[in-house]
Amino acid sequence: MDFDFLGQTLLLLLSGVPLLLQLAFFSIAAGAVLAVLLALMRLSGNPALDVCARSYVFVFRGTPLLVQIFLIYYGLGQFPEIRQSLLWPFLRQPYWCALLALTLNTAAYSSEIIRGGILSVPFGQIEAARACGMSRWLIFRRITVPQGLRVALPAYGNEIILMTRSTALASVITLMEVTGIASKIIAETFRAVEVFICAGAIYLVLNFAISRGIALLERRLSPQMRAPAASAGVPEPAR
Amino acid sequence: MIDYVDLMGFGPKGWGPLMLQATLMTVAVSATAFALGSGVGALIAWARIEGHSLLQLAADAYTTVLRGIPDLLVIYLLYFGGSAALTALAHALGAKGFVGVDAFAAGAIAVGIISGAYQSEIFRGAYQAIARGELEAARAVGMSRWLMFRRIIVPQALRFAIPGLGNVWQLALKESALISVVGLTELLRQAQVGAGSTRQPFAFFITAAALYLVLSTLSGWGFRRAEAVGMRGVRRS
Repeated sequence: MDFDFLGQTLLLLLSGVPLLLQLAFFSIAAGAVLAVLLALMRLSGNPALDVCARSYVFVFRGTPLLVQIFLIYYGLGQFPEIRQSLLWPFLRQPYWCALLALTLNTAAYSSEIIRGGILSVPFGQIEAARACGMSRWLIFRRITVPQGLRVALPAYGNEIILMTRSTALASVITLMEVTGIASKIIAETFRAVEVFICAGAIYLVLNFAISRGIALLERRLSPQMRAPAASAGVPEPAR
Repeated sequence: MIDYVDLMGFGPKGWGPLMLQATLMTVAVSATAFALGSGVGALIAWARIEGHSLLQLAADAYTTVLRGIPDLLVIYLLYFGGSAALTALAHALGAKGFVGVDAFAAGAIAVGIISGAYQSEIFRGAYQAIARGELEAARAVGMSRWLMFRRIIVPQALRFAIPGLGNVWQLALKESALISVVGLTELLRQAQVGAGSTRQPFAFFITAAALYLVLSTLSGWGFRRAEAVGMRGVRRS
């Protein structure tokens, strides 16, 4: 093993981490907003909205993410209307195209997770809230969201990890995040195994950190699942 | 619209035949990868159920690593790593120049070992869904391990595994698009080629997307049928 090469490669690859995190963070955040909208559309009871959201999810889950990225990055430029529109300065850049594709893609997967979470709230509780005279919004905020979130969190955590992994595809449209740099080094040195070990280690560390974070959040959000502390009920002595 | 029909049609200037051929290539490479993944997945599942604790640890590491690392990296590793190894071997045997791995083989193996990581979890779950009493009964009537595996475990585990395998198949189908980066002329690569030579990228990529949708819809329907057939003797609440 050539440790000099490994060290240099690791340093080079680490310079791609900020871009990776940026892509993952913004696409997941924007995707979550879109996903909630889609989930609410499916649960609205309005057949038109339901069909729209359903077809959106069908299309984005049924096609490879790479096709979606190419469609946005290369495909949209085919139309003069788009090239002359105000959006062109954004859609011309690989960064915004990758972000858009990742956002639209994760929104489709997350909306199903969120819908499952909302559906998991027992109807009796909604009924009780209505009987107390809560408004729809108040029910959503106080009853549905806190409980649905808890149920959806493990699956959503998986989706976050999958998205971190999917940002690698942005390298195909020339973005130099970790995988992009890795493929460049491999093409220059032909030492695929060493580069793979370094890049793989970076992704594994990121995933480990994310899954620990989600587990902590899960623990915080479900106090009823925690074992009661030994001193429960006894006030802490003043210090 | 007429332009589009001409472009994707089966006329003298149409790309229809090439796109369909590429779709078949996508199916072929995905199916090869999926079959490979079934073999790997079964081995890993066995290691996790029955294996020595070291083997279990190795199996755990395998699934964690392959589910956490981008598929693109695995494809690069197999393609470029494999090519470097082959070239070194060829040089040792006296040949000169660069020897590349076959893109189909490298891609199918890469997607296959990733698929294997997912399939192992499904097989393990399916094995655990078999009633313990049946295994005990099989042992009590004196079945050998192999006979028990063949007659009791496989038919039942497979039945429970069908829905999960359907999901993994869809994943393999979509992951096969990544093999285009090492130059295998499957659906996405063919669309790229067409987009490049006609300057109509949207038409080609939307066609590729539609063909992927057709593939995933058809196979989704197939797996639902298989599930209905597999579950026909099971009483459900």
